Amino acid sequence: MSENVKKSASGGTAKMETTATGAGTSSLLTRRTALKGLAGLGAAGAGLGAMPGFVPYIQAQSSAPIKIGFQVHRTGIGAAYGRWYDRVTTAAATLINEQGGINGRPVEIVAEDDGTDPKRGAEVVEKLATQAGCDVAYGTLFSHVVMGSAPRAGELKIPYFVVSEGHHVASGALNRWTLQPGICDVKSQVSAMAPYITSTLGKKVTMVYPDYAFGHDHRDSLVPAIQAQGGEVIAQIAIPPTETSFTKYFPQIPRDTEVLYHVMVGPAVLTFVKEMGEFFGPSRPEIFGFIDSLEATDLTNPGLEYLDGTYFWEGMPRYAQEGGPQFDAFYREKVGCDANGASVSDPKDISTYAHMFGCWETMFVIKAGMEAAGYAGPSDRQKLIEAVEAMGEMPASEMHPQGAKIFNGKTHQVFGPQYISKVEGGKLVLQHTAPIEAGMYPDEVDYTTMSF
Amino acid sequence: MDFGPYLLLASLEGAVLAAVLSLTALGLSLVFGVMRVVNVAHGEFFMLGAVASWFVATFVDETLGAPAWLGFAVALAVAPLAVGAFAWAADRLVLERVGYDPERTIVATIGLLYIVQQATLMGFGPDARPVQPPFNHRLALPWIEWGEEGLALYWPWGLSTTSYKLFVIAAAVVLLIAVWLVLSRTRLGLVMRATQFDRETAQAFGIPVDRVFAMTFAIGAGLAAIAAVLIVPIQQAHYLMGGDPLLLSFIVVIIGGLGSLRGTVLAALLIGMSDGIISVFFSPTLAKILATLLVAMVLVFRPQGLFGARPA
Repeated sequence: MSENVKKSASGGTAKMETTATGAGTSSLLTRRTALKGLAGLGAAGAGLGAMPGFVPYIQAQSSAPIKIGFQVHRTGIGAAYGRWYDRVTTAAATLINEQGGINGRPVEIVAEDDGTDPKRGAEVVEKLATQAGCDVAYGTLFSHVVMGSAPRAGELKIPYFVVSEGHHVASGALNRWTLQPGICDVKSQVSAMAPYITSTLGKKVTMVYPDYAFGHDHRDSLVPAIQAQGGEVIAQIAIPPTETSFTKYFPQIPRDTEVLYHVMVGPAVLTFVKEMGEFFGPSRPEIFGFIDSLEATDLTNPGLEYLDGTYFWEGMPRYAQEGGPQFDAFYREKVGCDANGASVSDPKDISTYAHMFGCWETMFVIKAGMEAAGYAGPSDRQKLIEAVEAMGEMPASEMHPQGAKIFNGKTHQVFGPQYISKVEGGKLVLQHTAPIEAGMYPDEVDYTTMSF
Repeated sequence: MDFGPYLLLASLEGAVLAAVLSLTALGLSLVFGVMRVVNVAHGEFFMLGAVASWFVATFVDETLGAPAWLGFAVALAVAPLAVGAFAWAADRLVLERVGYDPERTIVATIGLLYIVQQATLMGFGPDARPVQPPFNHRLALPWIEWGEEGLALYWPWGLSTTSYKLFVIAAAVVLLIAVWLVLSRTRLGLVMRATQFDRETAQAFGIPVDRVFAMTFAIGAGLAAIAAVLIVPIQQAHYLMGGDPLLLSFIVVIIGGLGSLRGTVLAALLIGMSDGIISVFFSPTLAKILATLLVAMVLVFRPQGLFGARPA
């Protein structure tokens, strides 16, 4: 019987034949023919199930796609990141499907724009969970959107995989349904960078940061990290993320600044970096920036020449080079980037290379988690969270091209290597790779003790 | 940074903002003064100017292989004309059809705002795109200090501006004078003022009021577009960039008095400079709070604006 049903699921004509045979031999009713007849009926039922409007129950557990709800910043201040997060996610899903999907089921990405807006973000999570019937929600970058959306994901009890860098996951501000298994958080990044800044560049640091959740993570993490290295943060300059003109903020930079630490986001980042150069002129301090300040922006733009000799944190080196991550070439080709980190189809379309690997790796964490949990449907969501919490070490591979990682199940946060590059001749050249341990810090929360 | 140089830097930044703002607000003020239309889509004409500038400059520089200054010069000529033509069409197709009724034109221009913004998002995309300035040199500025040997010049750290920012200020001054000359010395200005003064009598004297309206709407949009072309080499063209200029223009126009050219320019100077200086010394949020508070005060104590005529 089970064989018959299986067959019936594979094609319509087979079902009809089985049914015909069942009807033809039923004149002499034996146990055998009765069973056959029943099988035929079952097959006809399954055939109906394949028709639109019917819920194909048996199929749903065998071959219906796993739906990954993708909360994407297509518009608003996160649009440049969103475009590339979208491309990387599509590339990862394509590869997963080529490799046979998850638990034998294909993966389908259901993307929905949130306008980089926290309020809309919560609505998008709800829409993905209830209307689109997604198995998990995934892909949010901007930290204020994560902060706005995660509580709703917790209420809906849908696993929420963010790719955001924010410290909000590991700080304990969110809930057991929210995880960040693909990209390090700001606290980890800053802890790993501080020793290099104080030992190589200088001890008196002035920081410029965007005045919202993500920037506040930088503010709160940098001061203790620099102090721990014997340095001092002498000024902190907050800039609203919607600001379009920056020169007026720079006079707050103290004259005795040895290192200017900058991190900026939004559509005006190019103006920010240009005006910074115009302000300093020939007498700039050492400059250490997070590549966020120039993500998706061409380093050869006029006005950026002064950046030569300055340093950047990179989540993953934008330019392909010796000493870069081992599996970079494979990943670079799959996501459609050239050796300069630009789109292969348009060399002016610069990627968000230092961040978007997080999407790739998170997709494969979802796959691994679902396989470990034997995920079959939304009733297994809790098992999926527990399976990801149990992950621990993730060796460098094609699935983790940025480098080996350690996932902390208690804090729901992953830790990995960090890269420091120097601008030389308009390109970012890798100087130093901070090991995983450099970014580790004591746990601030244990989500595994929280109830679902 | 010392107080003096700091103040000079803040004033320079404020002057750039005031220059751009006075042009944008003037367009808004002109449209209200002559047509009695509150144009909520004015910020989008500003944004369209920036986007058009990017398209023109990119086409001239990359497709034709011309130098950056030529791309900018062509954009400065073409973008305002294109935006003006678009505004002219919008006036004919929308505003005239609703009979310039005050309430309905507000709703119509809100609709126009979203149509323009979303169409730009679909056609131009969500990215901020740069336009190269025609020239851009960093100019270190000196400051005077009372030293041991009397007055001495020195170059404080960070006190600088760029040649392009000075050009923006100068260009705005020239354009404002040109607008004033057009309004006060030409036949077009005369019919515009006549229409502003009394629409029905103007019509009775044979002035084609509907054509004057379309022309005024186009000029208002063109002024916003010119302001955007001037600012886009400093900032970048982005589909959401119309919001701030709209808000600031309304603040300026309310403070200066709707329809008053002199009031608009002075209010733009006041708001631009105070925004620059207050955001440097305190915070940009405080600058916005104070500007909005000033608007409230003006509305309570002098509803016609600082320079507006009290309605008869």
